[in-house]
Amino acid sequence: MTDHNSPTSVGIVTPQVAHFDEPLPLSNGGQLDQYQLVYETYGQLNADKSNTVLICHALSGHHHAAGFHSADDKRPGWWDHYIGPKKPIDTNKFHVIALNNLGGCHGSTGPNTINPATGKLWGSDFPVLRVRDWVNSQAKLLDKLGIDKLAAVVGGSLGGMQAMRWTLEYPERVGACVLVASAMKLSSQNIAFNNIARSAISRDPEWHDGHFYHVDSKPRTGLSLARKIAHVTYLSDDVMGERFGRELKRGNFTLGTHNDYEFQVESYLNHQGESFAETFDANTYMLMTRALDYFDLAREYGDDPALAFSHATCPFLVISFSTDWRFSPERSREIVQALLAAGRPVTFADIESSYGHDAFLLPNQRYEALFRGFMDNVAKSLGRNA
Amino acid sequence: MRVDHEIIRGWVAPNSRVLDLGCGDGSLMQLLSGDGHTCVGLEISPDNIQACVEKGLSVIEQDLDLGLANFADKSMNMVVMTQTLQAVHYPDKVLLELLRVGREGVVAFPNFANWRCRYYLGFRGRMPVSKFMPYSWYDTPNIHFCTVLDFEQLCRDLGITIVERVVVNQEGDSNWLTESLPNLLGTTAIYKIKK
Repeated sequence: MTDHNSPTSVGIVTPQVAHFDEPLPLSNGGQLDQYQLVYETYGQLNADKSNTVLICHALSGHHHAAGFHSADDKRPGWWDHYIGPKKPIDTNKFHVIALNNLGGCHGSTGPNTINPATGKLWGSDFPVLRVRDWVNSQAKLLDKLGIDKLAAVVGGSLGGMQAMRWTLEYPERVGACVLVASAMKLSSQNIAFNNIARSAISRDPEWHDGHFYHVDSKPRTGLSLARKIAHVTYLSDDVMGERFGRELKRGNFTLGTHNDYEFQVESYLNHQGESFAETFDANTYMLMTRALDYFDLAREYGDDPALAFSHATCPFLVISFSTDWRFSPERSREIVQALLAAGRPVTFADIESSYGHDAFLLPNQRYEALFRGFMDNVAKSLGRNA
Repeated sequence: MRVDHEIIRGWVAPNSRVLDLGCGDGSLMQLLSGDGHTCVGLEISPDNIQACVEKGLSVIEQDLDLGLANFADKSMNMVVMTQTLQAVHYPDKVLLELLRVGREGVVAFPNFANWRCRYYLGFRGRMPVSKFMPYSWYDTPNIHFCTVLDFEQLCRDLGITIVERVVVNQEGDSNWLTESLPNLLGTTAIYKIKK
């Protein structure tokens, strides 16, 4: 386990906040008059400001991607395995920006922040967002930091959707793109899972149509159930078998114990759901799953993914995991096929892992080596251009 | 430099899009990229894929036995396949796929009718093992060995045109002897083909 003193940790990091007073036009036709984005940076920005890597987070992610917030902090950021000195995204070479997306619940403007028009919390009145709105707001953050071009944009899952959109919307600002366990659009099955999760939240009596803050409540039961459903889809049958099998938490197989959670796997899921419900916002969950559902990379390009990627100019690294059934290797192969048809340089690997979709967050020797190999070449190309 | 790579290099038209089937550690792609060609390789070995990535090359993890459905017809100027034909399940189907995707193709393979192989089999009564074919019969990726004559017969059967042929001996040389007795003296046969 790494701590903040480890030579491969970025150490103790402090979130920063960027305020924007210029309105942000949104995909739904409206705009956000003002907003703020909370972000962290790791590593040093070089003299010509060419070494920035932008990390786009997934559904439940945020700006704290690496390092620790204090010396007592038990757990590092969510992608600490992959960001740090000598790690695949090597902070000795790169300047890394990780932010909390708009609509998030970790400090950026979102449903749990004040709507300046009413003086009350936004709740479910927060504007509907699409992936491109996040990408546009991320571009505004780079403008504010004086960064014209990214060395790379990197994202897993929903983060990969943002990274792909970056390469189409701002091709001149992207040097390379890494897509991990992502997809050009969700399958019907995937939308169905998101629907079940949203139903769990909206049917919780504490939901109050998304205005639960005003009654000092929280749809914990619904949010917890939503997370439990999603969590099962992020794991594989194999890894659940390895970790929990059919072990009982208590009691015995003859009588059972008439508790809600008799098997180890039930106890684990319950813990996951409950802790998530404490730290995450139900409106953010609704908003982000909707952005996932509606993302369709090629829709505006006549449903032709190759035509979409013909607008991109950078090299791509695409990675999938063998037991991921939520964002299956087939989805990544579709991305690769479109990139090949568009004549873009692309490298693809399907990594053997038993961890399902969650594998993109976890240590894996081959994944790390490939990621590092690709990023090292990104770093070398910066040296050549400088 | 591998002699087959040097020969293939001379057969690729300037500024080509090249697909390398079973690209190994990417040494041929590196050579061709250096010449200004745009290359992408297909490979199934994780170690080889890693080697390609470290060289900064484009490589796709893909099993040739499952076809090339992700590549459009004639989307490549050249599709090359060196020392891989003997390792696929359906060499005939792979050849047809190769020329569906590529305007031209290059295939290099070990010639199983080389006199050393014949000596091994004919006099020692054992399956040949050499520097070029180092595997034991029971543990080898090479499941479809063929000879110069076999390959040329297959090309005729499939309606494939042989544009060029170079056969080299164990020393990597090509001379009047290897050209006059290719099936006996050739260790590696290299063909430029089209359909």
